[in-house]
Amino acid sequence: MRALCWEGVHKVRVENVPDPAIINPRDAIIKVTLTAICGSDLHLYDGYIPTMERGDIVGHEFMGEVVEVGRGVENLKKGDRVVVPFTIACGRCFFCQNNLWSLCDNSNPNAAMAEAMYGYSASGLFGYSHLYGGYAGGQAEYVRVPFADVGPLKVPAGLPDEQVLFLSDIFPTGYMAAENCNIHPGDVVAVWGCGPVGQFAIKSAYMLGAERVIAIDRIPERLRLAEKQGKAEVLNYEGTDVVQALKDMTGGRGPDSCIDAVGMEAHGESIGAIVDMAKQKTRLSTDRPHVLRQAIQACRKGGSVSIPGVYGGFLDKVPFGAAFAKGLTFHMGQTHVHRYLRPLLERVERGVIDPSFVITHRLNLDEGPEGYEIFKHKEDACIKIVLKP
Amino acid sequence: MPSPTTEQIRNALQQEDVARQSHQKRDRINLGQIERWLSGLTGGVLLGYGILRRDWIGATMAAVGSALVVRGTTGHSFLYQGLNINTSQQERQNATSIQHNQGNKIVRAVTIQKSPEELYHFWRNFENLPRFMQHLQSVTVKDLTHSRWVAKAPAGKEVAWDAEIINEKENQLIAWRSVGDADIDNAGSVHFTPAPGGRGTVVKVVLEYKPPAGKAGQLVAKIFGEEPDTQVREDLRHFKQMMEAGEIPATEGQPSGRNKQ
Ligand SMILES: NC(=O)c1ccc[n+]([C@@H]2O[C@H](COP(=O)([O-])OP(=O)(O)OC[C@H]3O[C@@H](n4cnc5c(N)ncnc54)[C@H](O)[C@@H]3O)[C@@H](O)[C@H]2O)c1
Ligand SMILES: [Zn+2]
Ligand SMILES: [Zn+2]
Repeated sequence: MRALCWEGVHKVRVENVPDPAIINPRDAIIKVTLTAICGSDLHLYDGYIPTMERGDIVGHEFMGEVVEVGRGVENLKKGDRVVVPFTIACGRCFFCQNNLWSLCDNSNPNAAMAEAMYGYSASGLFGYSHLYGGYAGGQAEYVRVPFADVGPLKVPAGLPDEQVLFLSDIFPTGYMAAENCNIHPGDVVAVWGCGPVGQFAIKSAYMLGAERVIAIDRIPERLRLAEKQGKAEVLNYEGTDVVQALKDMTGGRGPDSCIDAVGMEAHGESIGAIVDMAKQKTRLSTDRPHVLRQAIQACRKGGSVSIPGVYGGFLDKVPFGAAFAKGLTFHMGQTHVHRYLRPLLERVERGVIDPSFVITHRLNLDEGPEGYEIFKHKEDACIKIVLKP
Repeated sequence: MPSPTTEQIRNALQQEDVARQSHQKRDRINLGQIERWLSGLTGGVLLGYGILRRDWIGATMAAVGSALVVRGTTGHSFLYQGLNINTSQQERQNATSIQHNQGNKIVRAVTIQKSPEELYHFWRNFENLPRFMQHLQSVTVKDLTHSRWVAKAPAGKEVAWDAEIINEKENQLIAWRSVGDADIDNAGSVHFTPAPGGRGTVVKVVLEYKPPAGKAGQLVAKIFGEEPDTQVREDLRHFKQMMEAGEIPATEGQPSGRNKQ
């Protein structure tokens, strides 16, 4: 089959590789009908997630048709159309049973590696480094899905791929980010980053009852989408003192909650941001927590900081004193996708939201390498790219 | 506890060397790579940066940095292992065939979302053990308390011993030890204790073994000696995965650009 393989920093290539086969009883093989490139893939592409190996098949947002199931999978059969959570979870451990699917105890074959780094291992992920399990990803014609009896969600025939694909990651991710804000009537939610995750966070914040959402980015078409589709007030961070602007926009209170939908590769213009960039490039530090710093600084007293943006290692000069002094609450982590599949599918079915609104580019899998370049540089007004194998 | 002799310290350090070399030899990504990433990136940077600053923040950074470097590069437990430093007096009360301070001892625990009964009965049938213990080739149960264990050794060799159960309490404890002319003198026990608040069962394993001297000893060291702690930890993890998820997660045999057509 053809699959998009990571070949080094800023290098992905379509290769002919063997088809995947069932390895464990609870596996299924899916013929991928649609897959997408995610902001998280850019962290791999830029080389900021350790333990990638040349040849690793990437991609964690995908859906398709079941072509084979292991003997432990009774709820799926050949021909079923499914969307697959990017987090791999067993469904039976303490964490899965407590609805904390991305923290599953039993899905990372390289758990020892993650333990050495983080103390304990989170769940395995598709196509996201050996630290997260070394599973082959879904930017391919076929993909093996472990624990297929609890992960994949069957989707109704009436809904096109483009409307359900993002249940695999970015819709639940934006939704969980908003849920983590613990929104009350009258709340103002500030969202850093108007990429796909930010866009879903904006819509979700309104779904969960926010009074106002303020969206921050610098890319005009992304700000425009946040304004038009998301009904957010927008703030271009270029040349703006974001913390002061947010204070001014909230009657001096500060946003009730702040969502960092940017993560480890935030841009910035301040001296601090430039130093961050230099340190990250020279591997003196792993993450550029520019947005996180602003979010902590801007957040109102007693508010919540919700962090869907990915961080990998050690962060420099995070104003923890401010967080402490203001009694902030932090929520973060890989999304517990399984938790949101059904409730969010229902919203799509009812027409509350059409998740395809973020798609700007429809390419073939073979054009994947080009897609990564376009998405990385936000060229051609790109917001979200889907790939057809 | 007697203070370690220079001989013991030297042995411990040699053991570390073996472990480090074996890390380096692996061609797959392994713990070693993470350790290098961690120690090189974080420990090293904090250490260097901290020393340069010469103030209290600097001092903290240096301290954290050097701890990370040491931890990252040595894997602290080998030293303890070699020096025979046992963490708790109480744990030694478990029946064993090896006298105190004469063998290597490993204690590891894992919490499993199953009842003590289920876990106990699975383990009590020793023939199940090779399903999650990587180095065991087979266990043949001979009668209610006796069994024969065969472990894989390098170069297709194997080592074997007879074991007898010396203590058992249903759903709580099983203890065994090698008997007769064993290739490795060893003893082990497994303890099943309910965890609070619906958290399943704590499974604690205590293993002790005394490698024989000479050639045989070297062979045994190869099997158990390099990273005994890590092995027990992985075996227990696989036990948990098998009992909870019904399978051990794996990626061997999946496609990648490294086996392109
Ligand atoms: N937690 C999870 O489970 C999960 C799931 C999916 C994605 N993510 C993460 O969410 C983040 C966003 O993903 P995406 O797909 O939307 O990526 P993206 O790259 O398309 O979007 C990031 C956006 O942030 C903006 N940005 C950069 N610096 C900024 C700054 N200083 N202030 C404000 N905005 C800034 C960029 O202009 C861009 O529009 C990534 O870190 C990704 O890894 C996490
Ligand atoms: Zn994603
Ligand atoms: Zn689980």
